[in-house]
Amino acid sequence: MQDTLLTIDGLSAGTEDKPILHDIHLELGSGQTHVLMGPNGAGKSTLGHVIMGDPSYQVTSGSITFDGADITDLTSDKRSLAGIFLSYQAPVEVPGVPLYSFLRTICQMRPELKTTARKFRERVGQICEQLELSDSFLMRELNVGFSGGEKKKVEMLQLLLLQPKLAILDETDSGLDVDALSIVSRGIEAYRAQCDGTLLVITHNTRILERLDVDRTHVMVRGHLVAEGDASLVGEIDASGFSRFEDELAAKGGVA
Amino acid sequence: MSDAPERKHSEVADVDRSLYDFVMPEEGYERYDDGLTPDIVRAISAKKDEPAWMRELRLKALDAFHEMRMASNWGPDVSALDMDHISTYVSPQTKQARNWDDVPDDIKTTFERLGIPEAERESLAGVGAQYDSEIVYHNMREEVAEQGVIYTTIEDALHDPQWEPVVHQYFGTLIPMRDHKFAALHYAVWSGGSFVYVPAGVSLSYPLQSYFRLNASGAGQFEHTLIIVEEGADLHFIEGCSAPKYYEANLHAGAVELFVKDHARLRYSTIENWSKNMFNLNTKRATVGADAKMEWVSGSFGSHVSYLYPTTFLQGARSSCEFTGITFAGATQDLDTGCKVILNGADTTASVDTKSISKDGGVNTFRSSVIIGRRADRARATVSCSSLMLDDISRSDTIPAMDVRNPTASVGHEATIGRISDDTILYLMSRGCSEAEARTMVVNGFANPVSKELPLEYAVEMNNLIKLEMEGAIG
Ligand SMILES: Nc1ncnc2c1ncn2[C@@H]1O[C@H](COP(=O)(O)OP(=O)(O)OP(=O)(O)O)[C@@H](O)[C@H]1O
Ligand SMILES: [Mg+2]
Repeated sequence: MQDTLLTIDGLSAGTEDKPILHDIHLELGSGQTHVLMGPNGAGKSTLGHVIMGDPSYQVTSGSITFDGADITDLTSDKRSLAGIFLSYQAPVEVPGVPLYSFLRTICQMRPELKTTARKFRERVGQICEQLELSDSFLMRELNVGFSGGEKKKVEMLQLLLLQPKLAILDETDSGLDVDALSIVSRGIEAYRAQCDGTLLVITHNTRILERLDVDRTHVMVRGHLVAEGDASLVGEIDASGFSRFEDELAAKGGVA
Repeated sequence: MSDAPERKHSEVADVDRSLYDFVMPEEGYERYDDGLTPDIVRAISAKKDEPAWMRELRLKALDAFHEMRMASNWGPDVSALDMDHISTYVSPQTKQARNWDDVPDDIKTTFERLGIPEAERESLAGVGAQYDSEIVYHNMREEVAEQGVIYTTIEDALHDPQWEPVVHQYFGTLIPMRDHKFAALHYAVWSGGSFVYVPAGVSLSYPLQSYFRLNASGAGQFEHTLIIVEEGADLHFIEGCSAPKYYEANLHAGAVELFVKDHARLRYSTIENWSKNMFNLNTKRATVGADAKMEWVSGSFGSHVSYLYPTTFLQGARSSCEFTGITFAGATQDLDTGCKVILNGADTTASVDTKSISKDGGVNTFRSSVIIGRRADRARATVSCSSLMLDDISRSDTIPAMDVRNPTASVGHEATIGRISDDTILYLMSRGCSEAEARTMVVNGFANPVSKELPLEYAVEMNNLIKLEMEGAIG
C-alpha cells in the first residue's frame, strides 16, 4: 500500500455566482500517475486551480488534504512551498521580469533548493538542453511573446527545477508539435524518475500517455467525477468519446 | 466595524526607511535665520567670497523672487511651504575634504550608510558629496584629472582665475532667473553643487557622481550643477539625493544647467529619494549641439510635492534626446513631473519613455511638452507614458502638449494606464511567491526598462526602493 499524497473529500467549488465542481472525491497515492479527462468546459482546469488555491474560486464544501495537512484554506504560495505545482493551460506573461532571475527567485525561496549561483546556472543549463530550449530564452521576459509551445516548455522547466511532490499538468501537451511532444514526455518521465513525483495529468490526447505508466484514469463531466478506471479507460474514451458518461450522469439526475 | 487590521492604506511611517531615514545632530552648525532678506543673501555671498557679479546676480534674483507670484492655477499645492520658516543656508563647520578620513565622523557615517565611498572605490571616476548647504567631500581619480577633466564646486571654480570666466560665461544662461519664482529663489541663495568641464574629445570610462544629502530640518538645499561637455566628449554624470524625514517642510530648489557641444554625449542619471516632507522644486535644462546626444535617466521616489520637468533644447542638426524616467508616488505624495523637448535643429530626434506607479492615494501627473521649431525639418519625437495603479484610491494623469511648427516633422504620443492583474499575482504565487513578493516582482518588472538603463548598483538600489515602498503597501 502506498501513502496517500492528496485527498479531496466531498469538494464543491465555483465562482461567486456559478457552482462548477460538485462533490469531488479524489485520492492520489504518492508516486502515482493519474489522468483526468473530460469534455471541454467540464471543470478540469477549475479542479487544478482549486487544488492550487486560486482565490477566484470559492470552496463551498469539502476539504483538500495534502501530505497529511488540511490545505483547504491555504493561499497558493503556501501550497506551492508545500510541494504542489500546477502547469498552466495558459501560462501568464509577466513583462519586465527576466525568466532566469524569476527561476532563481523561486528556487532560492525554498530551503531544500537553495544553492550557489554557479550550480544553479549549471542545473538550468542542463534542463534547457534536455527540453531543447535555447539559452536565449533565459534572458527574455517571463512568457512575454513566447509561442504556445515555448510557454509549455517553460512550465516544464519550472517543474523540473522545483521538483514538487505533486504536479498537475493542465494540457501541457496541447499545442505542441510532434518533436516538442516527445521532448515534454521525456521531461515528465525525468520528473517522475528524479523525485518519485505524483502526477495528475489533464489531457485530451492519448499520445502523451503512451510513455507514462498510468495508475488511474478519472472522467469528469459537468463538474462531476463520473467514472474511474485503470489505464484502459483512456483507450475506451479515445475510441468512443464521452457520450456514455454524459448519458449516465443525466440518468442519475446530475445537472450542472 | 470589523476589527480586522486595515492593510491597504499604509502610513509612510510603516515603511522601514532606516537606510535613508536617519538624522545626525546639527550641533555646532552654522545656520542662517529663517526667511529671506538681502542681509542673508549678502552673508551667503560674503561667506563664499564671491566675485561682485555673482553677488549682484543674487541680489537681483532676490528682487525677482519677491516680485514674482506663485503659479497658483496648476500643479500640486505648495501652500504648506512657508519661506519664513525655511533656513536657506545651513553649513556643517567643516572644510571640504579630498579624503574621507578628513570628513567629520557623523557625516562620513551618513555617506557610508548611503554606500557612496564604496561606489567610488568600485565604479566611479569622481565623487562630490554635499551635506546641507556645502560640499563636504570632493575627489576625482588622478587619471581623469590628467585628461584635463575639471570636477569641482562652483565656489572653487569661481576662485580659480582660469575657470571664473567660464563660470561667468555659462552660469544662469540656460535657466533664466525669472523662469519661475523658485528659479529666482535658487539664484538668490544657491550654494554647493558641481562644476564639470570635459575637454573636447575626452571620454570618461566611469561616471562622476554627486550626492546631495539634506540633514537639517526646516532647511533648503539650493545646489547648482553646471556641466560643460566639449565637442566630441562623453560623460555619464549621476546625481543622488536623499534626506531623513521631518515633520517640518524642507525645500529643494536646485538648478542643473547642461551644455552638450557638437558630437558630444552626456548621460545624466538621477536617483532621487527625498523624504516625504520635501518640496522638490527643481529645474534642469540642457542645450545640445549638432550630432550630439543628451540622455536623461531618472528615478524619482521621494518628496511630498515635486515639480520637475527636465528640458532639452536640441539646437544642432541631428542632435538627439532620450528621456527614460520613472516616478513612484505613495501616500501623501503629489508628484508633478515630466519632460520638455524643444527641437530646433533639422533631423533632430527625441524619444521620451516614462513610467509612473501610484499607490496608497499617491498622485502622479505626467506632463510632456514637445515643441518643434520652424526650421526643424524632418524632426521626429515620440512620447510614451505608461502608468501602473496599485489600488483604486491613487491617481495618475497624463497631460501631453505639442506644438509643431514644421510641416515635415512628426510627433507621436502614447499613454496607457494599467493595473496588476489577479491572474499574474496568482501565477507568481503558484510558484511560491507571497502576495507581497509577487506584487513587488510585477512592479519591478514594470520599472525594468528604466532600471536597466542605470549602472548595476543603482538599478539594485532602485529595486530596493521599490521593495521598500511595496512592503509598506502590504504590511
Ligand atoms: N473564473 C471563472 N469565471 C466564470 N466561469 C468560469 C471560471 N472558470 C471556469 N468557468 C467555467 O467553468 C466551466 C469549467 O471550466 P474549466 O476551464 O474548468 O473547463 P475544462 O474542463 O478545463 O475545459 P477545457 O477542456 O476546455 O480546458 C466552464 O463552463 C467555464 O466557462
Ligand atoms: Mg482546461
